[in-house]
Amino acid sequence: MATRRWKNGFVRWIDARFPIFTATHHQLYEYPMPGNLNYWWNFGSIAGIILVVMIFSGIFLAMQYQPNTAEAFDSVERIMRDVNYGWLMRYIHQTGSSLFFAIVYIHIFRGFYYGSYKSPREITWLTGCLIFFAMMATAFMGYVLVWGQMSFWAATVITNLFTAVPGIGESITTWLWGGYAVANPTLNRFFALHYLLPFVIFAIVALHLVALHTTHSNNPLGVDMKGPQDTIPFHPYYTVKDLVGLGAFATLFAIMVFFAPDALSEPDNFIPADPLVTPEHIVPEWYFLPFYAILRAVPDIGPIPAKLAGVIAMFGATLIWFLVPWLDRSKVRSAKFRPLYQVFFWVLVVNCLVLGWCGKQLPEGVFLTISRIATGYYFFHFIVLLPLLGIFERPRPLPYSISAPILTPSPVSPAGRLELAPAAAGDEARP
Amino acid sequence: MTASMRLRAAIVAVALVVLVVVAAPDRAATAAEDGARPPIPQQLWSFAGILGKYDDAALRRGFLVYMDACSGCHSLRHVAYRDLSALGVGFGPEDIKALAAQFKVEDGPDEEGKMFRRPALPADRIVSRFPNKQAAQHANRGMYPPDLSLITKARRDGTNYLFAFLTGFEEPPADAEVTPGMHYNRYAPGQQTGMEGVLSEDLVEYDDGTQASVPQMASDVTSFLAWAADPHREIRHSIGVRVVIFLLLLTLMLYALKREVWAHLHERKEEAAAAARARNEDRDHPDQAEMPH
Ligand code: HEC
Ligand code: HEM
Repeated sequence: MATRRWKNGFVRWIDARFPIFTATHHQLYEYPMPGNLNYWWNFGSIAGIILVVMIFSGIFLAMQYQPNTAEAFDSVERIMRDVNYGWLMRYIHQTGSSLFFAIVYIHIFRGFYYGSYKSPREITWLTGCLIFFAMMATAFMGYVLVWGQMSFWAATVITNLFTAVPGIGESITTWLWGGYAVANPTLNRFFALHYLLPFVIFAIVALHLVALHTTHSNNPLGVDMKGPQDTIPFHPYYTVKDLVGLGAFATLFAIMVFFAPDALSEPDNFIPADPLVTPEHIVPEWYFLPFYAILRAVPDIGPIPAKLAGVIAMFGATLIWFLVPWLDRSKVRSAKFRPLYQVFFWVLVVNCLVLGWCGKQLPEGVFLTISRIATGYYFFHFIVLLPLLGIFERPRPLPYSISAPILTPSPVSPAGRLELAPAAAGDEARP
Repeated sequence: MTASMRLRAAIVAVALVVLVVVAAPDRAATAAEDGARPPIPQQLWSFAGILGKYDDAALRRGFLVYMDACSGCHSLRHVAYRDLSALGVGFGPEDIKALAAQFKVEDGPDEEGKMFRRPALPADRIVSRFPNKQAAQHANRGMYPPDLSLITKARRDGTNYLFAFLTGFEEPPADAEVTPGMHYNRYAPGQQTGMEGVLSEDLVEYDDGTQASVPQMASDVTSFLAWAADPHREIRHSIGVRVVIFLLLLTLMLYALKREVWAHLHERKEEAAAAARARNEDRDHPDQAEMPH
């Protein structure tokens, strides 16, 4: 990082000891951004901002919330009714959690489409998967804090899953509960962890960004930046473009918070938790539905009982994302140049929506059959299709670089083997 | 354009349709679980929609119905007396103080360490007839009359459901099986409920001269309970309208700014591209590297 001559003496003094000005200048003006990012690249910055919104609204809620089974539900109602603008904080936090997941799902599928997980961005991808895991844990425990019927029974169903672990399952569950059922100790620790995890997420986001800024952004063409002709500075180009996306997102957020704050809530969660009354349908929040469908779809597999197999499949469904950089054998990043992968990408999207829909139904009859097929296809996509496509798919010709309107010859030799097209080969020409 | 693009468009269309199906409320499941229950009729509520307002007169009548016809069994424990100031005429600070003072709450301990009973204050929650859930359940043959503060949120399509439920008590049809001790209700889950049909013609006496028919009382108490579940609805909507208009304008302006900033970039990039073309005269045809914006 070049030492800059800052005009202002105070700035110079600080910068010589703590180069915040040089670093900011570097990120805004020198750090190379591809010139061709589309709006799908907005979702990362939106996710970061909504994380901060969640932390702030959450801290204000925590000032009034009582993590005690006798008072939790009433304290949330007190926030809604008596605390000045408490309803606003709570609706921001509640709607925000849903939108956070929507944004992050889009962000992840953007990565799937444009091959952003491929070399050299594997670590960026892995840290992203970790963030998603921590988000799931955070949102699950936050939902329990409300202590409505759905909170209580979701906590019961999910913590009970650990009893499936052979041998030590019961002990793990007792340990998680801090007793022999979901009760006050459980609520207390869930509150402690729900307060802690967002800050852990914040730290992982920092790692995610360090990795990103080392390897630089991918782009819709998926080819590397070859030189200054391919790059533009972050400011003002992407600051202003990110602001457009942020404005649109904030508008949607406001529409939901002010006009339809309860649209995604389960009616049962407006009934205080009652361990003696089981709701007719226990359903998780929409963002967990595909995983819930997978959990319930799996039958006994040989010696593995259905419950354990379901738990393995459910966790496997996200754990498999960690392996995607190595499962996908194609050297071409962007689906734009992968005629078959492009189709299978959309089939996967539809498949995940179908799983989500199955997650809302009772696991019987035709729904169970559909869940099983969709679950099977989900794993088939990652375990079978991704490796095979890399071998058998014939990619379209890649442009030489982002700006040069020159096509390389098709990267598949007459023998049908994939050769490294110069544009996809790696990062030799990084600016 | 090409076959693959048509295929892609088809898949995107399928994805959208699936998304709509997934997002739509779950009527299939609800219909299956409730057997013969007819769909809940939709009513026109004054407070429906973004610009809707609670009808104060209806809320006042509804409060009267709640006090006379429901409070004997159902609590309203999240609403404080002072919240009733939203009901307008007749609910000024003095009126509310007097209203609250008619009820007693336990307080203490006093200086001698004894608990005592005192008249309720405006800041107290509406006093329940029963000291706790068990007592309410015991008095109702083991069935708990749910607290009504959140009842319109605690049922699917709650406001319409509540009105339908209150007007759904009828003579059971010949083929209906009603468990002894239960009452037939057209719209209740399983078409029966532990509650009796409590509303009857002229059960309450409205002081504004409105005829107290069963649908009238049902509609009034439904409006009142919808308000009780969502008392900040009007202010939320009115702030929301301003926030959304502001954000829309802001977003449009940011978009214009973005176009402006990027326009200069396009000029720069076009010059660079022209130079590159000149250099690469002999290479393949130009294509592909368009800049999305
Ligand atoms: C005599 C006591 C009594 C009175 C008076 C009474 N209820 Fe009920 N109500 C009950 C009981 C008991 C239940 C529970 C029934 C059950 O669990 O099957 C109930 C249930 C309900 C339910 C829940 C229905 C459902 O979907 O499960 C609503 C809503 C309701 N009452 C509203 C009212 C309203 C409004 C009034 C006043 C107009 C009222 N009740 C008056 C005893 C009463
Ligand atoms: C990653 C960020 C976060 C996510 C995804 C998240 C998610 C959630 C969810 C889904 C709920 C239930 C909402 C409802 O149905 O009302 C909730 C409630 C809650 N959260 Fe968070 N949260 C986050 C950060 C925080 C932080 C940082 C705090 C506090 C320091 C916090 C404090 C609370 C409290 C007190 C509640 C219970 C009150 C309520 O239900 O509104 N949250 N959270």
